[in-house]
Amino acid sequence: MEPATGVERVALTPAAAELLARLTAIHGPLMFHQSGGCCDGSAPMCYPEGDFRLGGQDVHLGDLTVPGLEKPIGFHMSASQYEYWRHTHLTVDVVKGRGSGFSVEAPEGVRFLIRSRLFTDEEYAAR
Amino acid sequence: MAKYANPGQPDSVVSFKPRYDHFIGGEYVAPAKGQYFENPTPITGQTFTEVARGTSEDVEKALDAAHAAAPAWGKTSVAERAAILNKIADRVESNLELIAIAESWENGKACRETLAADIPLAIDHLRYFAGALRAQEGGISQIDEDTVAYHFHEPLGVVGQIIPWNFPILMAIWKLAPALAAGNAVVLKPAEQTPASIHVLNELVQDLLPPGVLNIVNGFGVEAGKPLASSNRIRKIAFTGETTTGRLISQYASENLIPVTLELGGKSPNVFFDDVAAQNDAFYDKALEGFAMFALNQGEVCTCPSRALIQGGIYEEFLQQAVKRTEQIKQGHPLDTDTMIGAQASNDQFEKILSYIDIGRQEGAKVLTGGDRADLGGELSGGYYIQPTVFEGHNAMRIFQEEIFGPVVSVARFSDYDEAITIANDTLYGLGAAVWSRDGNTAYRAGRDIQAGRVWVNNYHAYPAHAAFGGYKQSGIGRENHKMMLDHYQQTKNLLVSYSQNAQGFF
Repeated sequence: MEPATGVERVALTPAAAELLARLTAIHGPLMFHQSGGCCDGSAPMCYPEGDFRLGGQDVHLGDLTVPGLEKPIGFHMSASQYEYWRHTHLTVDVVKGRGSGFSVEAPEGVRFLIRSRLFTDEEYAAR
Repeated sequence: MAKYANPGQPDSVVSFKPRYDHFIGGEYVAPAKGQYFENPTPITGQTFTEVARGTSEDVEKALDAAHAAAPAWGKTSVAERAAILNKIADRVESNLELIAIAESWENGKACRETLAADIPLAIDHLRYFAGALRAQEGGISQIDEDTVAYHFHEPLGVVGQIIPWNFPILMAIWKLAPALAAGNAVVLKPAEQTPASIHVLNELVQDLLPPGVLNIVNGFGVEAGKPLASSNRIRKIAFTGETTTGRLISQYASENLIPVTLELGGKSPNVFFDDVAAQNDAFYDKALEGFAMFALNQGEVCTCPSRALIQGGIYEEFLQQAVKRTEQIKQGHPLDTDTMIGAQASNDQFEKILSYIDIGRQEGAKVLTGGDRADLGGELSGGYYIQPTVFEGHNAMRIFQEEIFGPVVSVARFSDYDEAITIANDTLYGLGAAVWSRDGNTAYRAGRDIQAGRVWVNNYHAYPAHAAFGGYKQSGIGRENHKMMLDHYQQTKNLLVSYSQNAQGFF
């Protein structure tokens, strides 16, 4: 487990934040776990907090602050996958779509999506 | 060439109903909460039917039906079960065109593939397990002169199966055929992206299985998949999908102490050694085709050869010709039999692929061809089309490490055998791989050294029944497509029998 440092690793678009506020009203506090692999993989999965059990093989990338919500939403990824993602900054966005997995937004006709950019040299050094 | 009429037009070979309910206990029943969701075709983006939005109440009802049916079904003779699977296969075969066009319309894939691969493979798969079941034997162990251990195969009972959207019918049959052959009753949840085509097939065969043996509950993962996967009324769960949901399903299964089989994807290396180009002959042509296989099924295959590794001696020339081969892939209307690549299965899938093309460019990978959406005009403008894309880069880039699930290949160079194996194995996954060489020893060694469950040697994307398919590493647990899959759906009953007249001698 690598603790979150001062550099922001993950952020939200306003549309994703707005959706998270709505989903929290339905499902209670939420969490993210970034998936890998096929079909609906390589996409962030959003669950009621605690529904997905985190373990020693997960990295906590950061907490996402959503306007209107008391508690920030944790964003996690498996440590092995993080090895290949560590040089990029992630932004959780939302697009129209269908599913999937057990992520809570699917019935709303939308899907969370990760947009990525490379860390700047300064950010990377400060990680 | 031929262009099939769109479903909904009067001359189409298939017509979808305006609405599909759940199939529970041998009949179609409305969802408990009365809700339905729209089902669009990725070919045009237009909704063509609506489908029951299942919830835990519907899952429970399906489990009731399955539990009612399982004991009798599990005691039918293997001859009877095999005969039913063969009848299903025959019925599907005599309606092949109809089902294939329904599948294309549902998923967006080219009908050339559904007509020649998806549905014929599904038919063969049913027949394979009908045959495998007949040939299966238990074991007898003679412990001593008077003691014999008999091993019987018994069904698990009621099992849950969660199906992906990339081959909606074929993946359903991959899971159903062994489960039904082994004598289990099934509750199956199709993917919410592709919920309708399985019902087109089911309506044609629903009279063949006893009521309750096969139950289909549609709906979203969180609303219908979760109550199924976490139920304490299933004796096994099978899932094809991705790693986080795979872990979640394993967590549920651990609460109920039931087995789980998982197929979770890959990032499959396609390795071309120098000697491939020793001659410019039919084999060389085959290897170039092998490179272009990344675009098959729009790249929406767990074993998509999405990393091409080419040896230094032939790198420039082979890659140039491979790009040319890629550019000859004909993209078009999926119901046109000349079309080689159709639409991505959903809008979010389409957006995800574009986001990966974006990060690939940012990381400095070079786009050799493609790299953008494709607007095919007319009614297809509302559909989800991506140009076949070839990136050149290195294996640490994210486009080399993450399953994009689109028609995107990332190409890197290697210098010698050891480097080829190192790069090929530098991935979290181990589902598919291929090695291309004219040298049998090189191909054999590489095939053994690559950590993947399926290594194609001098071919790619063949999925015959009787060849085991499944993952190493984070690609999953268990195998499909082979008679060993019967074991995944069976208990072993051991009768330990003493034929001695005498006391055992303890008391």
